[in-house]
Amino acid sequence: MRKYDKLIFEISKEKRKAYTLPVLDVEEKDISQLIPQDMQRDEVNLPEVSEVDVVRHYTNLSNKNYGVDTGFYPLGSCTMKYNPKINEDMAALPGFANIHPLQDELTVQGALGLMYDMEGMLSEIAGMDGFTLQPAAGAHGELTGLMIIKAYHEYHKDTKRTKIIVPDSAHGTNPATAQLCGFDIVEIKSDAEGSVDLDALKAVLGDDIAGLMLTNPSTLGLFETNIKEIARLVHEAGGLLYYDGANMNAIMGVSRPGDMGFDVVHFNLHKTFSTPHGGGGPGSGPVGVKEKLIPFLPYPVIQVNDEDEMFELDFDRPLSIGKVKSFYGNFQVIVKAYTYIKMMGSNGLKQASEMAVLNANYIKEELKGIYELPIDKVCKHEFVFSGIKDYHDVTTLDIAKRLLDYGYHPPTIYFPLIIHDAIMIEPTETESKEEMDGFIEVMKLIAEEAKKDPELLKNAPYTTQVRRIDEVKAARDLILKYKPE
Amino acid sequence: MEVKKGLYYTNEHEWVMVEEDVAFIGISDYAQHSMGELVFIDLPEEGDEFEKGDAFGAVESVKAASDVYMPISGEVLEVNENVSDNPALVNEDAFENWLIKIKPSDLEELGELMNSEQYETFLSEEN
Repeated sequence: MRKYDKLIFEISKEKRKAYTLPVLDVEEKDISQLIPQDMQRDEVNLPEVSEVDVVRHYTNLSNKNYGVDTGFYPLGSCTMKYNPKINEDMAALPGFANIHPLQDELTVQGALGLMYDMEGMLSEIAGMDGFTLQPAAGAHGELTGLMIIKAYHEYHKDTKRTKIIVPDSAHGTNPATAQLCGFDIVEIKSDAEGSVDLDALKAVLGDDIAGLMLTNPSTLGLFETNIKEIARLVHEAGGLLYYDGANMNAIMGVSRPGDMGFDVVHFNLHKTFSTPHGGGGPGSGPVGVKEKLIPFLPYPVIQVNDEDEMFELDFDRPLSIGKVKSFYGNFQVIVKAYTYIKMMGSNGLKQASEMAVLNANYIKEELKGIYELPIDKVCKHEFVFSGIKDYHDVTTLDIAKRLLDYGYHPPTIYFPLIIHDAIMIEPTETESKEEMDGFIEVMKLIAEEAKKDPELLKNAPYTTQVRRIDEVKAARDLILKYKPE
Repeated sequence: MEVKKGLYYTNEHEWVMVEEDVAFIGISDYAQHSMGELVFIDLPEEGDEFEKGDAFGAVESVKAASDVYMPISGEVLEVNENVSDNPALVNEDAFENWLIKIKPSDLEELGELMNSEQYETFLSEEN
C-alpha cells in the first residue's frame, strides 16, 4: 500500500457509513423547521465510508510520514531532537489528562503546582524573573513578548517608540511579529560573519526605538560575542531586548539570555525541551521577563496564597496585557517539557547542549572540504554550507532532493537568506556517531554524483512515491479544495 | 545577466527609469535571477505615497520573499497589474515589466543612485 494516494472523498460510496444511531426518542422535526432556508445546502459532499475504510485510509497515509521516530532529521533551526516517550506517559496520567480548566483550583493543585514549578525552572534556565506559559507557539510567544514591551513603554508614557529593530539574519517570524504588533520594522545588515553590525545598530538607535529582536547563537549558528555591548547600546537608547529562543538548544546551562542583557525571552518547548513539533503537536512558547515587566504578563498568574499555602490563580493584574490564550496554555505540552527537564536535571541539560554543539561541529569538519563553508569557525548547534565547494552545476535544491533517495530528511535549504544557496544542518544531541557517519558518507557520495552526473541530481528523487514536485506551479495555481469531477 | 543602460539602480537591486515627469520602477535582472521563478508579487495602490527607501511591495519565489524598496520618493500613478496577475513576466524580462509608475517628488534623489556602469561594478564586487 506504499503507493496508496487516494483522497478520502475518492473512496466515498453513497449511503456507506460507519455508525448506527439509536432510535429517536424525541419528536422528529424536518430540517426545514430547524435551520433557516438560506442556510441550508443540498450538497455537502461529506465522504461516506465504512470504519475499515477510515482506518485503512489514515493508517496508509500515516505510513508515509517521516519523523524523528523514523530517521535522522537534520533540519537546521528547527531542532528536531528525539522526544523521549516517558513525556507521553506523564502527560497521559489521569490527574493531568482528565482535568478541566474550569475545575475549582483546590481540586487541581497538582497541575497548578507543576505549572508554578515549570515557570521557576524556565526562569532559572533563562536568567529571568517571571514566566507565562500561555503562548501556544514560538511566534505566539514573540507576539506576547512584543505586546509586553509595548505595554511597558505605554505605561511610561513613552509613546514615540514605534519601531523594532530586526537583523537581516533573523527568523522571518520576527519582522512578521513586529508588524502584527503594530510596530514599524527597522532592518539592519549583519556583518560578514552574520553578527549584528554595531555601527549599523548605532545608526538606527534613538528615542523612537521600542526594542531589538535577536537570537543568540545567531541564525548562522554562531555566538554573538558582542551581545553585552549590543544590550548596553539598546538600553542606553531606552529600548528593550527581545530574545528569540529558537537557538536555545546550544546554550542551556552554559549561558543565559537574562545574563546577556535580554529583558524578554521566549522558549520553544517543541525545540529545546523535546515536545512534539507541529502537525497537532501542539506547540508551546512560554515567555519570560525581567522583574520590571512582570506586572505586564498575561493573566491569570499562578501564585501561592500566603495564608493557606495553596496554589491559586491571580486575575487581579491591572497592568497585564490580558489573556493571550484560552485558559492556561497547552497544558499537556508543558507536562512533557517539565518531564524532560526533570529527567535531564541541570547537568543533563548542559550536557545536551554540549553534545548538540559537538555533533554539529563533527559534521561540519567532516564535510567542509567538500561543501562550501562561508564562515569557517567553531559553530554552536548548527552551521550553514553554501552549496558544493567550487562546483555550481547543481543547486542546493537538487542536493536536498537527492538526500530523499538515501532515506534522509533534508536539512533546511535557502535559509538564512544572507547565505547564497544555504544548506543549514542541525543534527541535535540525540544522534549517535554511527548515525552521523552514515549521513556524512551520503553527503560525500552526493557531491561525487553531482560532479559525475549532474542530471542524476537534477531529476531526483527517484525512490519516493512522488517525484520532483513542480513547486512553482503549486504556488502559482493553488488548489485548496477538493471538487468532485 | 543584463544590466540595461540608461536606468538608475539601487543596491537593493531595484531600477528606476525617468520619462519626463513620471518614473517607472522595477527589479533588476540580477534580482529576478537570484530570487528564482517568482510566484507572487504584492503591489501598492494607486495614490499611495512613499519616501525613498520605503518598502512599497514584495516579490516572492518558492525560495524566498523579499520587500521591494522605493529608489526615489513619489506618488504611485499606476501599478502594473499584468505582473501581479502573472509574476513570471518579470522572470522573462525584468526591465520591460515594470512594477509601478510614480510621480517623483524630488528628482535630485536620482543623484544618490547608481548608473548602469556603477551597478555592474557593484554586482561584480558583491559576488
